[in-house]
Amino acid sequence: MTPDARTAKAEHIRRVMDAEGVAVSDNTQGFNEGRYESVADLEDYEALKDEARAIKEDAIERLPDLLDRLRETVEDEGGTVYLADDAADANEYVRQVVADVEGERVVKSKSMTTEELDLNEALAADGVDVVETDLGEWVLQVADEAPSHIVAPAIHKSREGIAALFEDQFDPEESLETAADLTAFARRTLAERIVDADVGVTGANFVTADSGTMALVTSEGNARKTVTATDTHVAVAGVEKVVPTVEDLAPFIELIGRSGTGQDITSYISLLTPPVESPTLDFAADETGPASDREFHLVLVDNGRMAMREDDDLRETLYCIRCSACSNSCANFQQVGGHVFGGETYSGGIATGWEAGVEGRDTAGEFNDLCTGCSRCVNACPVGIDIPWINTVVRDRINRGGDDGRFDSLVEGLTPDEEPTGIDIQKRLFGNFATLARLGSATAPLSNWLADAAPTRALMEHVLGVDRRRALPAFERETLQDWAADRAPVVNPEREVVLFPDVYTNHVRTDRGKAAVRALEALGVAVHVPDVRASGRAPLSQGMITTAREHAEQVADTLLPQVEAGRDVVVIEPSDHALFQREYERLLDTDRYDALAGNSYELFEYIYGCLENGADPEALVDGDGHRVAYHSHCQQRTLGIDRYTEAVLTDRGFDVTTSDVECCGMAGSFGYKREYYDVSVAVGEELADQFRTAETDDRTVVASGTSCLEQLDDLLSRPSRHPVELLVPDAPDVRGSE
Amino acid sequence: MTRTDTDSPGERGPLLDRFLDRLDDFDVSHTLVTPAGVPDAVDAVASDPAVGIGLPDGLGTLPERVSTDWSPATLRTAATGVTPASFGIADYGSLVLPTTTDGVEPVSLFAEAHVAVLAADDVVPGMADALTRLGDQFRADAESAILATGPSATADMGALVKGAHGPKTVHAVVVRS
Repeated sequence: MTPDARTAKAEHIRRVMDAEGVAVSDNTQGFNEGRYESVADLEDYEALKDEARAIKEDAIERLPDLLDRLRETVEDEGGTVYLADDAADANEYVRQVVADVEGERVVKSKSMTTEELDLNEALAADGVDVVETDLGEWVLQVADEAPSHIVAPAIHKSREGIAALFEDQFDPEESLETAADLTAFARRTLAERIVDADVGVTGANFVTADSGTMALVTSEGNARKTVTATDTHVAVAGVEKVVPTVEDLAPFIELIGRSGTGQDITSYISLLTPPVESPTLDFAADETGPASDREFHLVLVDNGRMAMREDDDLRETLYCIRCSACSNSCANFQQVGGHVFGGETYSGGIATGWEAGVEGRDTAGEFNDLCTGCSRCVNACPVGIDIPWINTVVRDRINRGGDDGRFDSLVEGLTPDEEPTGIDIQKRLFGNFATLARLGSATAPLSNWLADAAPTRALMEHVLGVDRRRALPAFERETLQDWAADRAPVVNPEREVVLFPDVYTNHVRTDRGKAAVRALEALGVAVHVPDVRASGRAPLSQGMITTAREHAEQVADTLLPQVEAGRDVVVIEPSDHALFQREYERLLDTDRYDALAGNSYELFEYIYGCLENGADPEALVDGDGHRVAYHSHCQQRTLGIDRYTEAVLTDRGFDVTTSDVECCGMAGSFGYKREYYDVSVAVGEELADQFRTAETDDRTVVASGTSCLEQLDDLLSRPSRHPVELLVPDAPDVRGSE
Repeated sequence: MTRTDTDSPGERGPLLDRFLDRLDDFDVSHTLVTPAGVPDAVDAVASDPAVGIGLPDGLGTLPERVSTDWSPATLRTAATGVTPASFGIADYGSLVLPTTTDGVEPVSLFAEAHVAVLAADDVVPGMADALTRLGDQFRADAESAILATGPSATADMGALVKGAHGPKTVHAVVVRS
């Protein structure tokens, strides 16, 4: 990206956040809280997700057969099936159907697939009056705006904005103030249009191959009216919507509303096996007619999907049921919405997969960097799609098609990576942070003075896109490895571990590393700090998969012999621990992954285990009611291991309160990037605000992740530290002058 | 919210209890009656003009002022639509509405108030049970159904509003044999 492009992007994001940020964050956060509450009521949420996942895996595997079966079933029942290769093909078919019945007006219920096709524009070109009947979609049609959310398309618009729009466009007789006024007006206006419509177009959330039944998941009743009030029904759906049987719908019906807007179930699940038996309604002649007058067309759209099915990394995208959980659970999406975090049609985390598959890599590249890999969407996704991985893969592909590499020489010496030339220089810089850190420590404090100098910051901002408002990490001259090498060994240890010296702990936050060593030693553990390659998290987050894989192999080469010698691996940095547990599965052979992941522990997970197995808790500091505000790390929470930090601190007598946000917003390099600085700070402020309340502002701030600590240090006036620093007696006094 | 049960909860059985509780959760009021009590129960909640679909055997009859001889025009102006429901889903308080040639679907949809009449015995525990029951019907007879849970609703106008394109209120008349 050029400096100018970065500036333009930063300004665009700022503008959208100013105009839409409040409405988007209120709504998405409400949906997200609703999701947590609603899924908690399920007897076995995880089993239901597994079931849904298995159905989708199976359906996509057998897709060609299921499509054949579906065609037979629908045609047997008197409907027509059209398999469209692409958008133009699908639109041409629908135009013909409308022309054949001399349709003048088409009413539509909400359908993302028809947005993907730009069907409305194609029909309008024929002079057909196309009316969206979903109230949110209709508002956008009237306002001529694009959806900002895949389920609640007008989420960015306020009640006041809609009222002004209606006043302006319709000049209504009564004044429209409340949401109820606006809804009643829309209902009346749209009812007039629905009753004399000729064709009803719907999407389909699922289609069953065994019976030809489609499921439409709605709340307003407009899809029901769209089908019932018109004689000709056209359903448009991606080919991936097919599931084998009616019974397979059950887990999806239970999960889709809960996962999306936090509703146990939406008002209506229409299960239609068309043509439906309801009589036709001729409102003009005030007559009903026989159901046999009903006509049905199912348009199944490929538009890149069959190719995605062949793509080992994009295939999972096809399991997506478009519930919006990945949008609502995404801290960045919560601030910017789909007008920033979205492509031509789709928005949120999974949009990268969809846009890359149906539109192309360039479109996905416009917003793909907004996925920071925090992984909070992974548990929220009802079909367990590894959305961060899809984002990483597409980023890697974009890198390989990258820009002209004209600044490469500037970072050449710092980038001993495996990537092609042409990758964005900013990505290359952050992807090679380990090299930078090694040089930084070797030349500290000079490196820190130099980096902080104003001319350096200006140049870094201009060429590398490192925002000058962000404090840079200060490198320590003595690394953790150097310090540990001089330490006397523990006599007769209970157990031995290798402590993984992540780049930040080794070069920047050496205090947390030293505290970790002391805490473990106090529990009778001998600690070795090996000379080992960086984890690969930094290159992976820039989409540099080949480089990350090389790191992973070298880390495994160093650590696995230690594991074989009976030593456990302890990891301080949650993002590196998560890497060993999650992404290494994709980077290493199964055996090597299993051995490393199975024997690696996050620091507090390990301390907890030691205490459970008889280590003396008195060896650690007695908290004595000391008040602590803890922010656990996003990826740590996805793995469900944040509870160990809370448990150990609480057991040691600390009074712990924990933040309730999805992510700190810093996310490694993300918060440094000039184009994303404002988003990062907006996300971080939500966290910081939770630690500034009357109940929390006296509490000592601790956080597990390096990035979280940097964000908190930048935003709060009081310092923050890793929780292990509370547990060792000879650490600097943390209860001092707040 | 009207709730005029005369029986103690214990006599109704846990399945029906769960169903009635979930109707409450989704703002669906109900009356629990014998077949003979159906006309009065419907009469108590139906506003004029009311249109309806004749009830199957065992579910009682509609009061006279509910017209089963409806047309598209009377459908549009109806205040209340009364229809049978095929069965209920206890976990979700869902009313399973058939799509029939006599028009359960439009009559349950266009009026501002929907009154559904169903048999107390016809309640299945969960969603999987419902889909098992529907699967055979859909495959054998190409039938359709609407799982209707609570009134129609929208949050698209800046706040949650009950009564979007479909009914604003829903009442269930639950008939014990």
